[in-house]
Amino acid sequence: MSERLPHGSGRLAGPRPFPDAAVVELGKPQLRANLHKATHTIRNKRARVVDELPDWEKLRLAGSAIKSDVMARLPELLVQFEAAATAAGATVHWARDAAEACEVVTGLVRETGADEVVKVKSMATQEIELNEALEAAGITATETDLAELIVQLNDDQPSHILVPAIHYNRSQIRDIFTERMGDAPAGLTDEPRVLAEAARLHLRRKFLSSKVAISGANFAVAETGTLVVLESEGNGRMCLTLPETLISVVGVEKLLPSFTDLEVFLQLLPRSSTGERMNPYTSMWTGVTPGDGPQNVHIVLIDNGRSATLADEVGRQALHCIRCSACMNVCPVYERVGGHAYQSVYPGPIGAILSPQMTGVSASGVSSTLPFASTLCGACYDVCPVRINIPEVLVHLRQEAVDAHRGKPSAERTAMKAMGWVMGDRRRYARALRAARAGSAPLAAVLRRRKVRRLPWPMSAWTASRDAPLPATETFRDWWRRTR
Amino acid sequence: MNARDEILARLRTALGPTPSAPPVPRDYRVDDDLDDAARLETFVDRLVDYKAEVTRCTPDTLAEAVGAALAGVERLVVPGDVPEGWLSAYPGTAVADGPQPLTVSDLDDADAVLTGCAVAAALTGTIVLDGGAGQGRRALTLVPDHHVCVVTADQVVGGVPAAIRRLAPTRPLTFISGPSATSDIELNRVEGVHGPRRLHVIIVES
Repeated sequence: MSERLPHGSGRLAGPRPFPDAAVVELGKPQLRANLHKATHTIRNKRARVVDELPDWEKLRLAGSAIKSDVMARLPELLVQFEAAATAAGATVHWARDAAEACEVVTGLVRETGADEVVKVKSMATQEIELNEALEAAGITATETDLAELIVQLNDDQPSHILVPAIHYNRSQIRDIFTERMGDAPAGLTDEPRVLAEAARLHLRRKFLSSKVAISGANFAVAETGTLVVLESEGNGRMCLTLPETLISVVGVEKLLPSFTDLEVFLQLLPRSSTGERMNPYTSMWTGVTPGDGPQNVHIVLIDNGRSATLADEVGRQALHCIRCSACMNVCPVYERVGGHAYQSVYPGPIGAILSPQMTGVSASGVSSTLPFASTLCGACYDVCPVRINIPEVLVHLRQEAVDAHRGKPSAERTAMKAMGWVMGDRRRYARALRAARAGSAPLAAVLRRRKVRRLPWPMSAWTASRDAPLPATETFRDWWRRTR
Repeated sequence: MNARDEILARLRTALGPTPSAPPVPRDYRVDDDLDDAARLETFVDRLVDYKAEVTRCTPDTLAEAVGAALAGVERLVVPGDVPEGWLSAYPGTAVADGPQPLTVSDLDDADAVLTGCAVAAALTGTIVLDGGAGQGRRALTLVPDHHVCVVTADQVVGGVPAAIRRLAPTRPLTFISGPSATSDIELNRVEGVHGPRRLHVIIVES
């Protein structure tokens, strides 16, 4: 069914198969040290504040059910949201894909006459590659979240959805500021406090003078037309409060039916995400409030592959994601390869099920390999605040990825077919074993161990990441006949 | 077809003819089981954990507590409707926002801002401002570097659900849990980035 609906575009699927990209990332010891420290620190903080709530599992069940309800009623809730937001003074726009969303936002910025915008950290605007589109239109977009600013100054890509600059250590950040920030104070040290102060001074003038801000939203309330942004630094409040124009880019799946539903998600999200009881700042706004905050308020609702994802009955639960990043922090694969190997704005376990569905699992590049970027250990499912069964969806997508290539030659299928023929007949199998034993005997003598590092094609795919044992000197059947 | 109608049509196609979802179980806690005194203790504990400053006082000693919290503050910004009694022990200049609104640069020049709040949640140490009485517009509590917030004991509820249920959704809402902070550099927490670097909560108990 998903094949009938158009897939998304933007920064969702890079060109390299996951194993190729992972090998490159695995060769970076600094990255692995940073990732280990980061993921373990956050997962421990999360565990402490989650254990504090006796009703955590009840909150997860409620969160999961609310999101299922949202998906089942998405068209009617979107219409309700549009009506409520419009009545409150906002203008609601719709965009089918990344290109259309960029076009809408660029047009809205142009209307204001501004050639500079400030941005609140937003996954949706990264997904549609908005900064690049604005730049092409001659509009300078400044990321105001500290980590996003670091990544942007260094022309890099985020590697984690909560802490995007986690692949840098403090001295690298000091160097980036010194070389690229323009107004970085002389003699900047690598103290986090000093670096944060430098960013504060760098951005303050922009905050106080910017006419246009662009944000995403963590939640959108259908009943009231309210948008919600959770943050820590106050850069979000600056962008949401001081400019005249505010443009928010929101995925259609961000809806919640009622304002009261926030009582569940404002407990689930901060504890799962930063491991705090509550994040320092949460802002909620409904259209325009006369005399308080932006008076020109726009909301751009984007599809970009979400409807195609919704069409898959098993896979649609990926749309329940509230972007907390808890799954990344417990994933043994993410912890070792980091975010860049996934080649999507959505890395880690959730990215491995979300990106391929948004782009189509049979798309070339990384998409068809992402469902295999997992050990299926299930840690991600255990920590997911909305109980997305990521392993279930991974297995489901693996099947789709295999089905998409059925009938085409592959090393695995060739090997299995040959094996099937040999094992289909007892005498043929016994002869093959004897031949293998005889054939490998000189090899064992030369190697002085009973393992082979590399086999010829098609078995080379197996030995790429494993040793192959040589056949035993005697089969079980031979041993049985000899000793009984 | 325009984008709106096409997206809605796609979503209906994706869902099929009879989409359904199970009912939502809502047996999570809506309020705590703490008595008033224990709830205030929890609130204070959480605020201190966030590195906010806390003063506890009575209605009779409130002005004195405000004066002490504002020690060294020369230029104070207040909402136009701040209760007069709060400032009786403050010796500096208090500039009111309104009827003529202050400019952003006025706010940037201020040393501190004094407001009340709408509701507070003890279990998470959160104060919520809704632009109502004694709170002013959002920029007031954002640009100055030091926010002093008066919370009365009857405004303090248990957890997030109890707070949400006291709020009017369509007002501009700001939930504040401690001073602004970042952990973006090697996960070292630094208090004080763009929002006020100091948060001082004055709790009034009768």
